Amino acid sequence: MYNAGKVIFFIIVLIVFFTIPMWLNFGRLEAIPQPELPKEEKKCVESKEYMKAYHMKLLDDWRKRAIRENQYIYIASDGEKYTISLQRTCMKCHTDKEKFCDRCHNFVITHPDCWDCHIAPEVAKKWQ
Amino acid sequence: MAIKRRTFLKLTGLTLLGTAASAAVGNLLTRGEVKAREYTYPPEALTAKRWAMVIDVKKCKEGRDTCYAKCIEACHSIHNVPSIDDKKREIKWIWEDKFEHAFPEQADEHLKELFKDVPFLLLCNQCDNPPCVRVCPTRATFKNKEGIVMMDFHRCIGCRFCMAACPFGARSFNWFDPRPYVKKVNPEYPTRMKGVVEKCLFCYERLAQGKIPACVEACPEKALIFGDLEDENSEVSKILKERVSLRRKAELGTHPSVFYLID
Repeated sequence: MYNAGKVIFFIIVLIVFFTIPMWLNFGRLEAIPQPELPKEEKKCVESKEYMKAYHMKLLDDWRKRAIRENQYIYIASDGEKYTISLQRTCMKCHTDKEKFCDRCHNFVITHPDCWDCHIAPEVAKKWQ
Repeated sequence: MAIKRRTFLKLTGLTLLGTAASAAVGNLLTRGEVKAREYTYPPEALTAKRWAMVIDVKKCKEGRDTCYAKCIEACHSIHNVPSIDDKKREIKWIWEDKFEHAFPEQADEHLKELFKDVPFLLLCNQCDNPPCVRVCPTRATFKNKEGIVMMDFHRCIGCRFCMAACPFGARSFNWFDPRPYVKKVNPEYPTRMKGVVEKCLFCYERLAQGKIPACVEACPEKALIFGDLEDENSEVSKILKERVSLRRKAELGTHPSVFYLID
């Protein structure tokens, strides 16, 4: 290879440059979002792991079942029944959208448009 | 090294077998862990084969001076319907109009005179053969199994084909964010967003909770009657057998489920 020294040097520079965000945040735990969980309720509709991974799919299924099939009750895997409603069920426990939904969503830069129509509890409080 | 045809076929067969076997084993291993997640109907829900509404215009006229259109107020406040003054941009789920506007094909001189001061409450007719549903490219609007012409606002792309198809002007379009025009909010129900079409949905969300539609409940004169058109013994079926009723633009064949008692 011609100019091996220079080439290798600049390859290393490039790698370091592109991985800067990783090095800057290395070992920093505060970068991981900490959504605020409800204090009174210990149990969500499904397990914490399931909700973390699949809440968007669950909400999507809820919508289809409720609106298209008139099936407004969800039977969770532990047999508990829940009324399908974002504003009347989910947000009754998760009373603060900013401290719950937004913390993770902002971190991963996803901006679902739920709240263009659905009314977050804190917004409803201010509105009245 | 060139691979022989024979060896290649053997390897392919083995790979296929392996894939199938691993899938089968995987299924067997997880079968016990996957628990049923099911959906069901709320036990308190009011159900029907075809929901319908009968509006007694005489009673409506009698009560109009004292009730100040409570039905409209109830509907619009429960469903966070914005009040916009601009006629071209207004949003309405249920509203009032004159006889000759509600029934343009019936409006000869005598009938017009007869119904001069009678308010006609207009709303989505929840047609049995809804033209809006036929034209919706995303199936955002559809007829559910109880005969309600529903809206899935999540799927509406705002193309307004449905508005062009509806012969009753029952649909409104959100030209801008409606939230600033909603004075008092009902936190139990969502609003709509810019670029979405909306209309009366026969209070599907209240029916699921075992409640009759808000306008029917709010009417102090009991001028609005709600029930199952397919049920012989329901109040609406009985009334329609006894009294003279009209449907808006019946000649178009959309089979509206809203009836106006005119005798």
